[in-house]
Amino acid sequence: MGTVVRYVFLAAAACFVIGLHLMNSPRTARRGNTLSAAAMAVAIAATVVLVVHDGTITTTGWLVLVLGAAFGSGVGLYTARTVQMTAMPQLVSVFNAVGGGAAALLAIDDIVLALHPGVLGARSTVPGALDILIGGVTFSGSVIAAGKLQGIVPSRPIVFPGARPLNLALAVLFVSSAGWLVADPGSTAAVVVLTLAALAFGTTMVLPIGGADMPVVISLLNAFTGTAVGMAGFVLDESALIIAGALVGASGGILTKLMADAMNRSITGIILGGFGTGDTGPAAGADANDRVRSVSLDDVAIQLAYAAKVIVVPGYGLAAAQAQHELGELAEILEEHGVDVSYAIHPVAGRMPGHMNVLLAEANVPYPQLKEMEEVNPEFPHADVALVIGANDVTNPAARRPGNAISGMPILDVDRAKSVIVIKRSMGHGYAGIDNELYTDPKTGMLFMDAKKGVAELKAAVRTFVGA
Amino acid sequence: MNLDLQTALTVFVLSVLVGFEVISKVPTTLHTPLMSGANSIHGVVVIGAMLIASTAHDVLGYVLAFVAVAFGAMNVVGGYVVTDRMLHMFRARGDGSRQRSTDTKTTSEAKG
Repeated sequence: MGTVVRYVFLAAAACFVIGLHLMNSPRTARRGNTLSAAAMAVAIAATVVLVVHDGTITTTGWLVLVLGAAFGSGVGLYTARTVQMTAMPQLVSVFNAVGGGAAALLAIDDIVLALHPGVLGARSTVPGALDILIGGVTFSGSVIAAGKLQGIVPSRPIVFPGARPLNLALAVLFVSSAGWLVADPGSTAAVVVLTLAALAFGTTMVLPIGGADMPVVISLLNAFTGTAVGMAGFVLDESALIIAGALVGASGGILTKLMADAMNRSITGIILGGFGTGDTGPAAGADANDRVRSVSLDDVAIQLAYAAKVIVVPGYGLAAAQAQHELGELAEILEEHGVDVSYAIHPVAGRMPGHMNVLLAEANVPYPQLKEMEEVNPEFPHADVALVIGANDVTNPAARRPGNAISGMPILDVDRAKSVIVIKRSMGHGYAGIDNELYTDPKTGMLFMDAKKGVAELKAAVRTFVGA
Repeated sequence: MNLDLQTALTVFVLSVLVGFEVISKVPTTLHTPLMSGANSIHGVVVIGAMLIASTAHDVLGYVLAFVAVAFGAMNVVGGYVVTDRMLHMFRARGDGSRQRSTDTKTTSEAKG
Protein backbone atom coordinates (compact mmCIF):
# COMPACT_ATOMS: atom_id res chain seq x y z
CA MET A 1 0.00 0.00 0.00
CA GLY A 2 2.78 2.38 0.99
CA THR A 3 4.47 1.86 -2.38
CA VAL A 4 1.29 2.60 -4.32
CA VAL A 5 0.79 5.81 -2.36
CA ARG A 6 4.39 6.85 -3.10
CA TYR A 7 3.74 6.42 -6.81
CA VAL A 8 0.65 8.58 -6.47
CA PHE A 9 2.84 11.21 -4.78
CA LEU A 10 5.31 11.01 -7.64
CA ALA A 11 2.52 11.52 -10.19
CA ALA A 12 1.25 14.48 -8.16
CA ALA A 13 4.73 16.02 -8.11
CA ALA A 14 4.92 15.63 -11.90
CA CYS A 15 1.56 17.40 -12.20
CA PHE A 16 2.88 20.27 -10.05
CA VAL A 17 5.72 20.75 -12.54
CA ILE A 18 3.37 20.58 -15.54
CA GLY A 19 0.99 22.97 -13.77
CA LEU A 20 3.79 25.49 -13.28
CA HIS A 21 4.83 25.00 -16.89
CA LEU A 22 1.31 25.89 -18.07
CA MET A 23 1.69 29.17 -16.17
CA ASN A 24 3.91 30.48 -18.97
CA SER A 25 0.90 31.82 -20.88
CA PRO A 26 -2.24 33.51 -19.57
CA ARG A 27 -4.28 31.27 -21.90
CA THR A 28 -3.20 28.04 -20.25
CA ALA A 29 -2.42 29.28 -16.74
CA ARG A 30 -5.83 28.57 -15.28
CA ARG A 31 -5.74 25.00 -16.58
CA GLY A 32 -2.30 24.63 -14.98
CA ASN A 33 -3.59 25.75 -11.63
CA THR A 34 -6.55 23.38 -11.85
CA LEU A 35 -4.24 20.49 -12.73
CA SER A 36 -2.01 21.31 -9.81
CA ALA A 37 -5.01 21.55 -7.44
CA ALA A 38 -6.40 18.23 -8.68
CA ALA A 39 -3.02 16.57 -8.15
CA MET A 40 -2.93 17.98 -4.63
CA ALA A 41 -6.43 16.63 -3.91
CA VAL A 42 -5.42 13.17 -5.14
CA ALA A 43 -2.23 13.26 -3.05
CA ILE A 44 -4.22 14.20 0.05
CA ALA A 45 -6.77 11.45 -0.62
CA ALA A 46 -3.91 8.98 -1.02
CA THR A 47 -2.51 10.12 2.33
CA VAL A 48 -5.89 9.45 3.97
CA VAL A 49 -5.80 5.93 2.52
CA LEU A 50 -2.26 5.50 3.83
CA VAL A 51 -3.24 6.70 7.30
CA VAL A 52 -6.20 4.30 7.41
CA HIS A 53 -4.03 1.46 6.14
CA ASP A 54 -1.28 2.08 8.70
CA GLY A 55 -3.91 1.96 11.42
CA THR A 56 -1.70 3.72 14.00
CA ILE A 57 -4.00 6.73 14.23
CA THR A 58 -6.13 7.06 17.38
CA THR A 59 -9.71 8.33 17.51
CA THR A 60 -8.45 11.60 18.96
CA GLY A 61 -5.97 11.68 16.08
CA TRP A 62 -8.83 11.51 13.56
CA LEU A 63 -10.67 14.24 15.43
CA VAL A 64 -7.56 16.45 15.39
CA LEU A 65 -7.07 15.74 11.70
CA VAL A 66 -10.65 16.50 10.67
CA LEU A 67 -11.06 19.56 12.88
CA GLY A 68 -7.69 20.99 11.86
CA ALA A 69 -8.42 20.45 8.17
CA ALA A 70 -11.93 21.90 8.45
CA PHE A 71 -10.73 24.95 10.38
CA GLY A 72 -7.77 25.63 8.07
CA SER A 73 -9.77 25.10 4.87
CA GLY A 74 -12.58 27.32 6.15
CA VAL A 75 -10.24 30.20 6.95
CA GLY A 76 -8.33 29.72 3.70
CA LEU A 77 -11.47 29.59 1.58
CA TYR A 78 -13.01 32.63 3.22
CA THR A 79 -9.93 34.83 2.90
CA ALA A 80 -9.25 33.68 -0.67
CA ARG A 81 -12.79 34.51 -1.73
CA THR A 82 -13.03 37.89 -0.04
CA VAL A 83 -9.53 39.37 -0.31
CA GLN A 84 -9.14 42.59 -2.29
CA MET A 85 -6.62 42.34 -5.12
CA THR A 86 -4.67 45.24 -3.61
CA ALA A 87 -4.24 43.05 -0.51
CA MET A 88 -2.77 40.05 -2.39
CA PRO A 89 0.76 40.62 -1.05
CA GLN A 90 -0.53 40.35 2.53
CA LEU A 91 -2.40 37.15 1.73
CA VAL A 92 0.62 35.60 0.04
CA SER A 93 2.69 36.55 3.10
CA VAL A 94 0.16 34.89 5.38
CA PHE A 95 0.29 31.72 3.25
CA ASN A 96 4.09 31.86 3.42
CA ALA A 97 3.82 32.16 7.19
CA VAL A 98 1.51 29.16 7.62
CA GLY A 99 3.46 27.05 5.12
CA GLY A 100 6.78 27.79 6.81
CA GLY A 101 5.20 27.40 10.25
CA ALA A 102 3.74 24.00 9.38
CA ALA A 103 7.10 22.85 7.99
CA ALA A 104 8.86 23.90 11.20
CA LEU A 105 6.21 22.15 13.32
CA LEU A 106 6.79 18.88 11.43
CA ALA A 107 10.46 18.91 12.36
CA ILE A 108 9.74 19.95 15.96
CA ASP A 109 7.26 17.11 16.27
CA ASP A 110 9.62 14.65 14.66
CA ILE A 111 12.56 15.53 16.88
CA VAL A 112 10.76 16.07 20.18
CA LEU A 113 8.53 13.03 19.89
CA ALA A 114 11.23 10.96 18.17
CA LEU A 115 8.98 9.65 15.47
CA HIS A 116 11.78 7.66 13.90
CA PRO A 117 13.96 6.77 16.90
CA GLY A 118 15.89 4.33 14.75
CA VAL A 119 17.10 6.80 12.15
CA LEU A 120 17.78 9.79 14.40
CA GLY A 121 21.26 11.10 13.98
CA ALA A 122 22.86 13.44 11.51
CA ARG A 123 20.68 11.89 8.80
CA SER A 124 17.53 13.43 10.26
CA THR A 125 18.70 16.17 12.57
CA VAL A 126 20.68 18.29 10.12
CA PRO A 127 17.68 18.82 7.81
CA GLY A 128 15.51 18.94 10.93
CA ALA A 129 17.51 21.79 12.43
CA LEU A 130 17.51 23.60 9.07
CA ASP A 131 13.76 23.07 8.78
CA ILE A 132 13.07 24.58 12.21
CA LEU A 133 15.47 27.44 11.52
CA ILE A 134 14.19 28.38 8.05
CA GLY A 135 10.56 27.63 8.89
CA GLY A 136 10.73 29.72 12.07
CA VAL A 137 12.39 32.67 10.32
CA THR A 138 9.79 32.46 7.53
CA PHE A 139 6.89 32.31 9.96
CA SER A 140 7.75 35.36 12.04
CA GLY A 141 9.23 37.26 9.08
CA SER A 142 6.11 36.73 6.97
CA VAL A 143 3.80 37.71 9.82
CA ILE A 144 5.72 40.99 10.21
CA ALA A 145 5.76 41.52 6.43
CA ALA A 146 1.98 40.97 6.25
CA GLY A 147 1.53 43.37 9.17
CA LYS A 148 3.60 46.01 7.41
CA LEU A 149 1.67 45.59 4.16
CA GLN A 150 -1.65 45.76 5.99
CA GLY A 151 -0.50 48.84 7.90
CA ILE A 152 -0.73 47.18 11.33
CA VAL A 153 3.03 47.41 11.69
CA PRO A 154 4.47 50.72 10.38
CA SER A 155 5.83 50.17 6.88
CA ARG A 156 8.74 52.54 7.42
CA PRO A 157 12.00 50.83 8.31
CA ILE A 158 12.03 50.26 12.06
CA VAL A 159 15.55 50.53 13.34
CA PHE A 160 16.58 50.47 16.95
CA PRO A 161 19.96 50.91 18.59
CA GLY A 162 21.85 47.67 18.95
CA ALA A 163 19.94 45.93 16.18
CA ARG A 164 23.08 44.70 14.51
CA PRO A 165 24.70 43.19 17.63
CA LEU A 166 21.32 41.64 18.47
CA ASN A 167 21.06 40.02 15.04
CA LEU A 168 24.60 38.77 15.36
CA ALA A 169 23.83 37.31 18.80
CA LEU A 170 20.72 35.61 17.42
CA ALA A 171 22.71 34.18 14.54
CA VAL A 172 25.29 32.79 16.95
CA LEU A 173 22.48 31.42 19.10
CA PHE A 174 20.75 29.53 16.31
CA VAL A 175 23.94 28.20 14.82
CA SER A 176 25.06 26.91 18.21
CA SER A 177 21.66 25.45 19.11
CA ALA A 178 21.51 23.75 15.72
CA GLY A 179 24.96 22.28 16.47
CA TRP A 180 23.75 21.22 19.89
CA LEU A 181 20.76 19.48 18.31
CA VAL A 182 22.96 17.57 15.89
CA ALA A 183 25.31 16.55 18.70
CA ASP A 184 22.44 15.54 20.97
CA PRO A 185 19.53 14.44 18.73
CA GLY A 186 16.18 14.59 20.41
CA SER A 187 17.18 17.28 22.91
CA THR A 188 14.00 19.23 23.67
CA ALA A 189 15.91 22.15 25.15
CA ALA A 190 17.92 22.59 21.95
CA VAL A 191 14.71 22.55 19.89
CA VAL A 192 13.15 25.22 22.10
CA VAL A 193 16.20 27.50 21.93
CA LEU A 194 16.50 27.02 18.17
CA THR A 195 12.81 27.76 17.58
CA LEU A 196 12.86 30.92 19.68
CA ALA A 197 16.08 32.17 18.09
CA ALA A 198 14.65 31.57 14.61
CA LEU A 199 11.40 33.38 15.43
CA ALA A 200 13.27 36.34 16.90
CA PHE A 201 15.63 36.50 13.93
CA GLY A 202 12.74 36.53 11.45
CA THR A 203 11.26 39.49 13.29
CA THR A 204 14.43 41.53 13.52
CA MET A 205 15.24 40.71 9.90
CA VAL A 206 12.01 42.13 8.44
CA LEU A 207 11.32 45.05 10.82
CA PRO A 208 14.09 47.32 9.42
CA ILE A 209 13.01 46.73 5.79
CA GLY A 210 10.97 49.54 4.22
CA GLY A 211 7.77 49.39 2.19
CA ALA A 212 9.47 49.82 -1.20
CA ASP A 213 11.52 46.67 -0.71
CA MET A 214 8.48 44.50 -0.01
CA PRO A 215 8.47 42.78 -3.43
CA VAL A 216 11.95 41.45 -2.70
CA VAL A 217 11.11 40.46 0.87
CA ILE A 218 7.97 38.55 -0.12
CA SER A 219 9.83 36.69 -2.86
CA LEU A 220 12.66 35.85 -0.50
CA LEU A 221 10.30 34.57 2.21
CA ASN A 222 8.55 32.54 -0.49
CA ALA A 223 11.87 30.93 -1.37
CA PHE A 224 12.50 30.26 2.34
CA THR A 225 9.12 28.58 2.75
CA GLY A 226 9.82 26.30 -0.19
CA THR A 227 13.21 25.37 1.26
CA ALA A 228 11.69 24.71 4.69
CA VAL A 229 9.09 22.40 3.15
CA GLY A 230 11.86 20.64 1.23
CA MET A 231 13.76 20.13 4.51
CA ALA A 232 10.57 18.76 6.10
CA GLY A 233 10.56 16.26 3.23
CA PHE A 234 14.07 15.12 4.23
CA VAL A 235 12.97 14.74 7.86
CA LEU A 236 9.83 12.75 7.04
CA ASP A 237 11.35 10.83 4.14
CA GLU A 238 8.70 12.12 1.76
CA SER A 239 9.90 12.83 -1.76
CA ALA A 240 6.66 14.68 -2.59
CA LEU A 241 7.58 17.33 -0.02
CA ILE A 242 11.18 17.46 -1.25
CA ILE A 243 10.14 18.01 -4.88
CA ALA A 244 7.39 20.54 -4.12
CA GLY A 245 9.61 22.43 -1.70
CA ALA A 246 12.46 22.58 -4.21
CA LEU A 247 10.13 23.88 -6.94
CA VAL A 248 8.84 26.67 -4.72
CA GLY A 249 12.34 27.45 -3.50
CA ALA A 250 13.47 27.83 -7.11
CA SER A 251 10.49 30.01 -8.02
CA GLY A 252 10.98 32.26 -5.00
CA GLY A 253 14.70 32.47 -5.76
CA ILE A 254 14.13 33.56 -9.37
CA LEU A 255 11.57 36.17 -8.38
CA THR A 256 13.84 37.50 -5.63
CA LYS A 257 16.66 37.96 -8.13
CA LEU A 258 14.37 39.61 -10.71
CA MET A 259 12.97 42.03 -8.16
CA ALA A 260 16.37 42.94 -6.73
CA ASP A 261 17.75 43.49 -10.26
CA ALA A 262 14.78 45.67 -11.18
CA MET A 263 15.58 47.90 -8.23
CA ASN A 264 19.31 47.68 -8.83
CA ARG A 265 19.87 46.54 -5.28
CA SER A 266 21.65 43.58 -3.78
CA ILE A 267 19.65 41.12 -1.72
CA THR A 268 22.12 41.34 1.15
CA GLY A 269 21.88 45.15 0.99
CA ILE A 270 18.12 44.98 1.45
CA ILE A 271 18.29 42.49 4.30
CA LEU A 272 20.94 44.49 6.12
CA GLY A 273 18.86 47.62 5.57
CA GLY A 274 19.98 49.93 2.80
CA PHE A 275 18.89 53.39 1.81
CA GLY A 276 16.06 54.95 3.76
CA THR A 277 12.81 53.75 2.32
CA GLY A 278 10.12 55.80 3.98
CA ASP A 279 6.68 55.96 2.39
CA THR A 280 6.79 59.67 1.62
CA GLY A 281 9.78 61.84 1.10
CA PRO A 282 9.98 65.56 1.84
CA ALA A 283 8.48 67.91 -0.76
CA ALA A 284 10.85 69.18 -3.40
CA GLY A 285 12.46 72.60 -3.15
CA ALA A 286 10.85 75.75 -4.52
CA ASP A 287 13.13 75.99 -7.54
CA ALA A 288 11.95 72.62 -8.80
CA ASN A 289 8.36 73.83 -8.52
CA ASP A 290 9.17 76.93 -10.56
CA ARG A 291 10.40 74.98 -13.52
CA VAL A 292 7.52 72.52 -13.82
CA ARG A 293 4.71 73.13 -16.28
CA SER A 294 1.29 72.63 -14.76
CA VAL A 295 -1.47 71.69 -17.21
CA SER A 296 -5.25 71.80 -16.98
CA LEU A 297 -7.58 68.83 -17.16
CA ASP A 298 -9.01 69.93 -20.53
CA ASP A 299 -5.51 70.23 -22.06
CA VAL A 300 -4.81 66.65 -21.06
CA ALA A 301 -8.18 65.41 -22.33
CA ILE A 302 -7.59 67.04 -25.75
CA GLN A 303 -4.08 65.60 -26.00
CA LEU A 304 -5.33 62.12 -25.20
CA ALA A 305 -8.33 62.32 -27.53
CA TYR A 306 -6.21 63.42 -30.50
CA ALA A 307 -3.28 61.07 -29.90
CA ALA A 308 -2.69 58.05 -32.11
CA LYS A 309 -0.73 56.14 -29.49
CA VAL A 310 -0.90 56.46 -25.70
CA ILE A 311 1.26 54.54 -23.24
CA VAL A 312 0.00 54.50 -19.68
CA VAL A 313 2.62 54.12 -16.94
CA PRO A 314 0.86 52.96 -13.79
CA GLY A 315 2.56 52.79 -10.40
CA TYR A 316 1.52 51.71 -6.96
CA GLY A 317 0.03 55.17 -6.32
CA LEU A 318 -2.69 54.23 -8.81
CA ALA A 319 -3.61 51.11 -6.87
CA ALA A 320 -3.35 52.90 -3.53
CA ALA A 321 -5.92 55.42 -4.79
CA GLN A 322 -8.05 52.52 -6.16
CA ALA A 323 -8.11 54.31 -9.53
CA GLN A 324 -7.42 51.26 -11.71
CA HIS A 325 -11.09 50.78 -12.63
CA GLU A 326 -11.47 54.39 -13.77
CA LEU A 327 -8.26 54.03 -15.73
CA GLY A 328 -9.56 50.89 -17.46
CA GLU A 329 -12.71 52.76 -18.47
CA LEU A 330 -10.76 55.78 -19.70
CA ALA A 331 -8.62 53.48 -21.85
CA GLU A 332 -11.72 51.79 -23.21
CA ILE A 333 -13.21 55.15 -24.31
CA LEU A 334 -9.92 56.08 -26.01
CA GLU A 335 -9.73 52.70 -27.73
CA GLU A 336 -13.26 53.03 -29.07
CA HIS A 337 -12.16 56.38 -30.44
CA GLY A 338 -9.34 54.65 -32.31
CA VAL A 339 -6.43 55.48 -29.98
CA ASP A 340 -3.86 52.72 -29.49
CA VAL A 341 -3.53 52.28 -25.71
CA SER A 342 -1.00 50.10 -23.92
CA TYR A 343 0.42 49.89 -20.42
CA ALA A 344 4.10 50.00 -19.51
CA ILE A 345 4.63 47.93 -16.39
CA HIS A 346 7.87 48.16 -14.44
CA PRO A 347 8.78 44.89 -12.70
CA VAL A 348 8.52 46.48 -9.25
CA ALA A 349 5.22 48.31 -9.84
CA GLY A 350 3.13 47.22 -6.87
CA ARG A 351 3.91 45.44 -3.66
CA MET A 352 4.81 42.01 -5.02
CA PRO A 353 6.11 40.63 -8.33
CA GLY A 354 3.53 41.17 -11.08
CA HIS A 355 1.08 42.87 -8.73
CA MET A 356 0.18 45.72 -11.11
CA ASN A 357 -0.80 43.24 -13.84
CA VAL A 358 -3.31 41.58 -11.54
CA LEU A 359 -4.78 44.93 -10.50
CA LEU A 360 -5.22 45.98 -14.13
CA ALA A 361 -6.59 42.57 -15.13
CA GLU A 362 -9.16 43.02 -12.38
CA ALA A 363 -10.08 46.38 -13.97
CA ASN A 364 -10.83 44.47 -17.21
CA VAL A 365 -7.68 45.55 -19.05
CA PRO A 366 -6.91 42.83 -21.64
CA TYR A 367 -3.51 41.25 -20.87
CA PRO A 368 -2.03 41.73 -24.39
CA GLN A 369 -2.04 45.47 -23.60
CA LEU A 370 0.15 44.92 -20.51
CA LYS A 371 3.72 45.36 -21.75
CA GLU A 372 6.90 44.42 -19.94
CA MET A 373 9.70 46.94 -19.61
CA GLU A 374 12.00 45.47 -22.31
CA GLU A 375 9.06 45.17 -24.68
CA VAL A 376 7.67 48.67 -24.24
CA ASN A 377 10.82 50.79 -23.99
CA PRO A 378 11.45 50.84 -27.77
CA GLU A 379 7.83 51.95 -28.25
CA PHE A 380 8.07 55.17 -26.24
CA PRO A 381 9.55 57.29 -29.10
CA HIS A 382 6.46 56.43 -31.17
CA ALA A 383 4.02 57.35 -28.41
CA ASP A 384 2.21 60.69 -28.70
CA VAL A 385 1.42 60.76 -25.01
CA ALA A 386 2.89 58.90 -22.04
CA LEU A 387 0.47 59.12 -19.14
CA VAL A 388 2.23 58.54 -15.81
CA ILE A 389 -0.05 57.80 -12.86
CA GLY A 390 1.35 57.03 -9.44
CA ALA A 391 4.80 55.98 -10.68
CA ASN A 392 7.86 57.98 -9.74
CA ASP A 393 11.40 56.62 -9.35
CA VAL A 394 10.97 54.08 -12.18
CA THR A 395 10.51 56.96 -14.65
CA ASN A 396 13.41 59.14 -13.47
CA PRO A 397 15.97 59.64 -16.27
CA ALA A 398 18.58 60.38 -13.58
CA ALA A 399 18.97 56.60 -13.27
CA ARG A 400 20.92 56.63 -16.54
CA ARG A 401 23.62 58.82 -14.98
CA PRO A 402 26.02 57.62 -12.30
CA GLY A 403 26.28 59.26 -8.92
CA ASN A 404 22.80 59.26 -7.41
CA ALA A 405 20.57 57.00 -5.33
CA ILE A 406 18.95 55.27 -8.30
CA SER A 407 21.92 55.13 -10.72
CA GLY A 408 21.83 52.00 -12.82
CA MET A 409 18.25 51.11 -11.93
CA PRO A 410 16.41 49.92 -15.04
CA ILE A 411 13.74 52.53 -15.87
CA LEU A 412 10.90 53.03 -18.31
CA ASP A 413 11.99 55.43 -21.08
CA VAL A 414 9.02 57.72 -20.52
CA ASP A 415 11.06 60.84 -21.36
CA ARG A 416 11.45 59.58 -24.94
CA ALA A 417 7.73 59.92 -25.64
CA LYS A 418 6.64 62.95 -27.70
CA SER A 419 4.68 64.35 -24.77
CA VAL A 420 4.44 63.33 -21.13
CA ILE A 421 1.56 63.86 -18.70
CA VAL A 422 2.08 63.14 -15.01
CA ILE A 423 -0.91 62.90 -12.68
CA LYS A 424 0.38 63.48 -9.18
CA ARG A 425 -0.87 65.14 -6.03
CA SER A 426 2.26 67.16 -5.27
CA MET A 427 5.94 67.35 -6.10
CA GLY A 428 6.65 64.79 -3.35
CA HIS A 429 9.53 62.39 -3.76
CA GLY A 430 9.43 58.66 -4.42
CA TYR A 431 11.09 56.08 -2.18
CA ALA A 432 14.56 57.03 -3.32
CA GLY A 433 14.01 60.56 -1.98
CA ILE A 434 15.44 62.42 -4.99
CA ASP A 435 13.96 64.89 -7.50
CA ASN A 436 12.46 63.32 -10.60
CA GLU A 437 14.05 65.01 -13.61
CA LEU A 438 11.15 63.90 -15.76
CA TYR A 439 8.94 66.50 -14.07
CA THR A 440 11.13 69.41 -15.10
CA ASP A 441 11.44 68.21 -18.71
CA PRO A 442 9.95 70.92 -21.03
CA LYS A 443 7.66 68.40 -22.73
CA THR A 444 6.20 67.20 -19.44
CA GLY A 445 2.88 68.58 -18.20
CA MET A 446 1.96 68.06 -14.56
CA LEU A 447 -1.68 67.54 -13.62
CA PHE A 448 -1.73 68.09 -9.86
CA MET A 449 -4.64 65.93 -8.73
CA ASP A 450 -5.46 62.84 -6.72
CA ALA A 451 -5.13 59.80 -9.04
CA LYS A 452 -8.70 58.58 -8.68
CA LYS A 453 -10.33 62.01 -8.96
CA GLY A 454 -8.00 62.99 -11.79
CA VAL A 455 -8.62 59.90 -13.89
CA ALA A 456 -12.39 60.03 -13.27
CA GLU A 457 -12.63 63.68 -14.37
CA LEU A 458 -10.33 63.00 -17.29
CA LYS A 459 -12.65 60.21 -18.35
CA ALA A 460 -15.62 62.58 -18.31
CA ALA A 461 -13.70 65.28 -20.21
CA VAL A 462 -12.45 62.86 -22.88
CA ARG A 463 -15.96 61.52 -23.31
CA THR A 464 -17.20 65.08 -24.05
CA PHE A 465 -14.49 65.60 -26.66
CA VAL A 466 -14.98 62.34 -28.52
CA GLY A 467 -18.74 62.66 -28.22
CA ALA A 468 -19.15 59.17 -26.85
CA MET B 1 10.48 3.30 0.85
CA ASN B 2 13.29 4.79 2.84
CA LEU B 3 15.15 7.35 0.80
CA ASP B 4 18.81 7.40 1.58
CA LEU B 5 20.30 10.84 2.05
CA GLN B 6 22.10 10.71 -1.29
CA THR B 7 18.91 9.91 -3.22
CA ALA B 8 16.97 12.56 -1.33
CA LEU B 9 19.64 15.16 -2.12
CA THR B 10 19.63 14.13 -5.77
CA VAL B 11 15.88 14.56 -5.94
CA PHE B 12 16.15 17.95 -4.24
CA VAL B 13 18.89 19.31 -6.50
CA LEU B 14 17.24 18.07 -9.70
CA SER B 15 13.90 19.53 -8.61
CA VAL B 16 15.50 22.91 -8.00
CA LEU B 17 16.96 22.81 -11.51
CA VAL B 18 13.62 21.78 -13.04
CA GLY B 19 12.00 24.61 -11.08
CA PHE B 20 14.49 27.16 -12.45
CA GLU B 21 13.95 25.90 -15.98
CA VAL B 22 10.16 25.89 -15.87
CA ILE B 23 9.68 29.10 -13.94
CA SER B 24 12.12 31.30 -15.81
CA LYS B 25 9.75 31.05 -18.80
CA VAL B 26 6.81 32.57 -16.94
CA PRO B 27 6.09 36.13 -18.16
CA THR B 28 6.09 38.99 -15.63
CA THR B 29 2.38 39.47 -16.29
CA LEU B 30 1.77 36.24 -14.41
CA HIS B 31 4.28 36.62 -11.58
CA THR B 32 1.69 37.22 -8.88
CA PRO B 33 -0.43 34.16 -9.82
CA LEU B 34 2.84 32.21 -10.18
CA MET B 35 3.87 33.07 -6.66
CA SER B 36 0.49 32.31 -5.19
CA GLY B 37 0.31 29.10 -7.23
CA ALA B 38 3.74 28.08 -5.98
CA ASN B 39 2.46 28.93 -2.53
CA SER B 40 -0.36 26.43 -2.90
CA ILE B 41 2.16 23.82 -3.99
CA HIS B 42 4.15 24.18 -0.79
CA GLY B 43 0.85 23.48 0.92
CA VAL B 44 1.83 19.85 0.21
CA VAL B 45 3.29 20.15 3.70
CA VAL B 46 -0.26 19.23 4.80
CA ILE B 47 0.58 15.64 3.84
CA GLY B 48 3.38 15.64 6.36
CA ALA B 49 1.05 17.17 8.92
CA MET B 50 -1.48 14.39 8.31
CA LEU B 51 1.22 11.78 8.80
CA ILE B 52 2.23 13.24 12.16
CA ALA B 53 -1.43 13.33 13.19
CA SER B 54 -1.55 9.61 12.45
CA THR B 55 1.25 8.83 14.89
CA ALA B 56 0.36 11.34 17.61
CA HIS B 57 -0.50 9.77 20.96
CA ASP B 58 -0.13 12.52 23.57
CA VAL B 59 -1.35 16.07 24.12
CA LEU B 60 1.73 17.77 22.68
CA GLY B 61 1.55 15.57 19.61
CA TYR B 62 -2.13 16.35 19.09
CA VAL B 63 -1.61 20.09 19.50
CA LEU B 64 1.32 20.16 17.07
CA ALA B 65 -0.63 18.02 14.58
CA PHE B 66 -3.74 20.21 14.85
CA VAL B 67 -1.84 23.44 14.20
CA ALA B 68 0.22 21.89 11.39
CA VAL B 69 -2.85 20.39 9.67
CA ALA B 70 -4.80 23.66 10.01
CA PHE B 71 -1.86 25.69 8.63
CA GLY B 72 -1.34 23.27 5.76
CA ALA B 73 -5.04 23.08 4.86
CA MET B 74 -5.32 26.87 4.89
CA ASN B 75 -2.29 27.09 2.64
CA VAL B 76 -3.62 24.54 0.12
CA VAL B 77 -7.26 25.63 -0.07
CA GLY B 78 -6.69 29.37 0.13
CA GLY B 79 -3.75 29.27 -2.27
CA TYR B 80 -5.50 27.40 -5.07
CA VAL B 81 -8.77 29.32 -4.74
CA VAL B 82 -7.15 32.76 -4.83
CA THR B 83 -4.87 31.79 -7.72
CA ASP B 84 -7.87 30.60 -9.71
CA ARG B 85 -9.71 33.81 -8.89
CA MET B 86 -6.80 35.89 -10.17
CA LEU B 87 -6.27 33.88 -13.34
CA HIS B 88 -9.96 34.13 -14.10
CA MET B 89 -9.50 37.91 -14.44
CA PHE B 90 -6.85 37.65 -17.16
CA ARG B 91 -8.55 37.86 -20.51
CA ALA B 92 -7.30 38.63 -24.00
CA ARG B 93 -8.67 41.55 -25.97
CA GLY B 94 -12.22 41.02 -27.17
CA ASP B 95 -13.22 38.18 -24.86
CA GLY B 96 -15.26 40.42 -22.64
CA SER B 97 -16.63 42.72 -25.35
CA ARG B 98 -17.61 39.77 -27.52
CA GLN B 99 -19.52 38.49 -24.55
CA ARG B 100 -21.17 41.86 -24.17
CA SER B 101 -22.12 42.21 -27.86
CA THR B 102 -23.59 38.69 -27.90
CA ASP B 103 -25.62 39.70 -24.88
CA THR B 104 -26.89 42.80 -26.68
CA LYS B 105 -27.70 40.78 -29.76
CA THR B 106 -29.67 38.29 -27.74
CA THR B 107 -31.57 41.10 -26.07
CA SER B 108 -32.37 42.82 -29.37
CA GLU B 109 -33.38 39.53 -30.92
CA ALA B 110 -35.62 38.90 -28.00
CA LYS B 111 -37.11 42.34 -28.47
CA GLY B 112 -37.62 41.82 -32.21
